[in-house]
Amino acid sequence: MTREQFRPDDHPNEQFILSTVVGSYPKPKWLDRVRERYEEADDFDDANWAEATDDASRLITHEHERAGLDVVVDGEMRRNEMVEYFAERIDGYEFNGPVKVWGHNYFDKPSVVEDVVYDDSWLVDEFAFTDDVAARPVKVPITGPYTLASWSFNESYDDDRALALDLADLVNEEIGKLVEAGARYIQIDEPALATTPDDHAIVGDCLDRIVAGLPEDVRIGLHVCYGDYSRIYPEILEFPIDEFDVELANGDYEQLDVFKQPEFDLDLALGVTDVHVAEVESVEAIEANIEKGLEIVPPERLTVSPDCGVKLLPREVAYGKMANMVEATRNVERKLDTGEIDARALREGAAVSADD
Amino acid sequence: MTELVATTPGVFPLPDWAKDRLGSLKGHQKEDLIDGGETGEIADAYDEARAEVADWQATAGLDRVVEGQLRWDDMLAHPLCVHDAVETRGIVRYYDNNNFYREPAVTGELTFDGDLADDLDHLAALDGVTESRQAVVPGPYTLADLATDEFYGDRVEFLDAIAEFLTGEIRAFPDCETVFVLEPSLVTNPPEDGFDERASDAIDRVADATDADVVVHTYWGALEEKVHAHLLDADVDAVGYDFVTNHEENLYNINEYGTKESIALGLADGQNTKVEDGETIAERIEWVTESVPAAEFETIYATTNTELFYLPVNRTKEKLGSLAEGVKLADVDAGEEVNA
Repeated sequence: MTREQFRPDDHPNEQFILSTVVGSYPKPKWLDRVRERYEEADDFDDANWAEATDDASRLITHEHERAGLDVVVDGEMRRNEMVEYFAERIDGYEFNGPVKVWGHNYFDKPSVVEDVVYDDSWLVDEFAFTDDVAARPVKVPITGPYTLASWSFNESYDDDRALALDLADLVNEEIGKLVEAGARYIQIDEPALATTPDDHAIVGDCLDRIVAGLPEDVRIGLHVCYGDYSRIYPEILEFPIDEFDVELANGDYEQLDVFKQPEFDLDLALGVTDVHVAEVESVEAIEANIEKGLEIVPPERLTVSPDCGVKLLPREVAYGKMANMVEATRNVERKLDTGEIDARALREGAAVSADD
Repeated sequence: MTELVATTPGVFPLPDWAKDRLGSLKGHQKEDLIDGGETGEIADAYDEARAEVADWQATAGLDRVVEGQLRWDDMLAHPLCVHDAVETRGIVRYYDNNNFYREPAVTGELTFDGDLADDLDHLAALDGVTESRQAVVPGPYTLADLATDEFYGDRVEFLDAIAEFLTGEIRAFPDCETVFVLEPSLVTNPPEDGFDERASDAIDRVADATDADVVVHTYWGALEEKVHAHLLDADVDAVGYDFVTNHEENLYNINEYGTKESIALGLADGQNTKVEDGETIAERIEWVTESVPAAEFETIYATTNTELFYLPVNRTKEKLGSLAEGVKLADVDAGEEVNA
């Protein structure tokens, strides 16, 4: 069972809906100032930077615990961006400057100029530190090979598939080291799949390589966001993963029906707060969102999280969303225990409606 | 003798300093994007950036200078996203790219706005671009495709309203040498039978709003044959083809159905940092002209296939230089051939 291992010993309800975050979290302002000094000043060395990121990681890990999350991360305090961070650690990439994602959000999109090669580990130190300071289980988000390929400029490989498969071997090597270090919950972030849904077979091939040789108790999640899920469903059900993580709050659950036919037989990780709205949704509103997930899967297969990483939100808003999300989750669990919410009826009602 | 013109389809990346400054001034969330009413430091930053982007183009030696569409936070959906009769909703994916825009939901009548003309007036105020000025607008079919209609209630009526709206905007433009009408949706989400003719009519109406040369530029593949055939019915000066993504089918369309007296060629990849040098651009121009034996073009516009905002600034500038150099080299080659 890849999931039950994350149920807290003192969990207050009989039902258990796993609560977590997708990964990123707003950095403390002082860390941004420290980064500027690290990048620009001569009097700030690697050891100073390591100490600062350790402090920030500890702070945010504990903030996640204070919010009550069942599975925590460190908010990716050491990472600047989901492609850039990894490309900096993989031989074969070079950087040319920031490019637009949306609005005034940019990333330093790298160019692949020669074959990619694994050098030193990417995340083992991050995981080991977070695992050491955390009292809760730790999830490791890692950018998937398809996204690392697609969100780079490919100047070297014949096509993105060849690049992605090479990168998948590197991700497999890294996850092997993470598992050796004790990691049991790995989330592969593949938002690029939503941009080019016809490439789901490439992602599937990559995932086959990624999970090769992993122990069965390692939980593999796949996060895909901001796209037309109907173009990759039900194909994703064939992927060798335990959990599929989606962003639906942003679109007010318009795409929920996609997952009703055929039956969704993976665990569902559902976005229940919108990360692009800088207001904290009420506990009641989030409870209603969680109930949307119960239309697809029973509680024991539902994970709740924000739609996506929350790093662009003000920190107090990010915390408020997490805290309300956990409170809403525990409320829904209690209502399930008392029969106030009938999960089976929600699912069956949804199935009937999908059949209509 | 064919005139060769080095240009772009617009929508440039902001200079890096402007990315930082405007991010700080405006913020990073949905509600912080452009609304058409910006003043003060924000407007000043755009003015400064606009001048710099114009300078990139002039320095590179391009034959047409665009405003850069630096305020288009929502890319081609921009003219609607700043309109009073439009509500912006959740962020949605911009085609199959890793880019997003606010979904514009049209909730009232699309009356004249003037936002596009205002940007062009700012470009016109800069020195040295009078003769070479080029306007860029989203095509009516594309703009309708990127938006949601909650007012007109009928797809045909909505397309007509968008065309009418764009017509009004273009009439307010200062004098321009060329107007590029960007119609990627004609390729990515082609109109079905019957509607393809309507899309062409809408483009025709938009083109009729200006005395400038009108280029309808398409990209991310090739047009379906029937859509291409209908597009040729529109009274435009040139159709643009993406020779980076799909040169074979575009060539097939041109040879099978013909094209306009002028043509735009997407020859440099607007979405990859690998820089095509001037010689490569010249070779590609030559390849297309030799592969279309039946046509002698009045004007060939050499351009990137897509908008340029996908690229980092250094590569954008290098590609501008390559386009200008490629056109010069092709011009020399053509001249030598004539003399021989």
